[in-house]
Amino acid sequence: MAELNVNVVSAERAIWKGPAKSVVAKTPEGEIGVLPGHEPVLALLVESPLRIEAPDGSKLLVAVHGGFFSVDSDEVNVIAEIAELAEDIDVDRAKRALDAARAAGEEEFAALKRAETRITVAGAAAGLR
Amino acid sequence: MGAQLRVYRRRIRSVQATKKITKAMELIASSRIVKAQQRLAASEPYLIQLNSAISAAASHATDVRKHPLMARPEESKRAAILVITADRGLAGAYSSNAIKEAEGVNRMLAEQGTQAVPYVVGRKGVSFYRFRNRPVAGEYTGFTDQPTYADAKRIGDDLLTAFLTPTQEGGVDEIHIVYTHFLNMGSQEARVRRVLPLEVVDEVVSKESALPFPLYEFEPGPEAVLDGLLPRYIDQMVYLCLLMSAASEHAARRRAMKSATDNAEELIRSLTRQANQARQAEITQEISEIVGGADALSA
Repeated sequence: MAELNVNVVSAERAIWKGPAKSVVAKTPEGEIGVLPGHEPVLALLVESPLRIEAPDGSKLLVAVHGGFFSVDSDEVNVIAEIAELAEDIDVDRAKRALDAARAAGEEEFAALKRAETRITVAGAAAGLR
Repeated sequence: MGAQLRVYRRRIRSVQATKKITKAMELIASSRIVKAQQRLAASEPYLIQLNSAISAAASHATDVRKHPLMARPEESKRAAILVITADRGLAGAYSSNAIKEAEGVNRMLAEQGTQAVPYVVGRKGVSFYRFRNRPVAGEYTGFTDQPTYADAKRIGDDLLTAFLTPTQEGGVDEIHIVYTHFLNMGSQEARVRRVLPLEVVDEVVSKESALPFPLYEFEPGPEAVLDGLLPRYIDQMVYLCLLMSAASEHAARRRAMKSATDNAEELIRSLTRQANQARQAEITQEISEIVGGADALSA
């Protein structure tokens, strides 16, 4: 079966690259799942966990914060401003950031979302193992 | 030991201590250049993808030229200049070259009747403006040797806000970045780059008929995608310039420290010669004193 070639890069470095069966990402319009043979798409990303399913069935979670992704002839490029693999996330730090952002209220909405996404991703990844 | 010899010895010791420091700084700077270059290379894929995505979105969006970030105002009254300098000195002419370049842009803009609004990165630049009592619209310090994307984003956001504010209310019509281009280990040069209004897209629109891009489905829509991507482009431009300048800063520091080390070695060599001479003169004098004394006794 055809496979997707997934390439995740952040502004600072390349995060992950490899084959995959499917990719699920979240756009401002809602979730979008990409399987091999998907039509070309260029979509914005929102703060969310990005789910990649490897050919062997294992799942990979990446916290993406802003950016976009493009799909073209089974090449999936995820271009996030900030992206972290689930195992790279410092959960304690994210929790502290979450508390700080909650305390700051409205102004720190972006930070709040970032911290929440990190914790969700780390939590979900722990559940998968 | 004679007084003269003691003075020479002391000076040699002090120069040796200085040499150790400059040598260490030279080595640190060399390793940091490599690191900065790696970071520059690591950020490349993002820029390439971002560029092609913007081009794709711009070729599909309607009325690209009317987009607030691309539309050129009939006349620009105020222009922001982001000057990237170093936080620390001992880097030769690195900061002053960037400032000189910025002053050149300043003059050029003034001739066109545009008022320049400085945004300054790096303590050296900040103190330049402060010393001359010139107002600064934004100052950012503490990260010039290892800039992160978050730093760039903060600057990018400020610049974008200024750009989107109407000119009458204190906004700016143009944004220029003065950074130091890293040509190679041996040479870097201060350069100016205009980031807004965007120029990249002009080329893209003209190539539209060729349509080199896949027929993307845009989510939520080409205009919305473009809206989302262009601010990222500014941030990325700032980030790139910061990284490039950081590499140049380390290269300039390495060079400055290398010549300081060389000078110290030169100084030590000539001081050692003088010290040897003083020692020999002392011995000669002592011998002639002894011989003279013995002669006087035997006579």
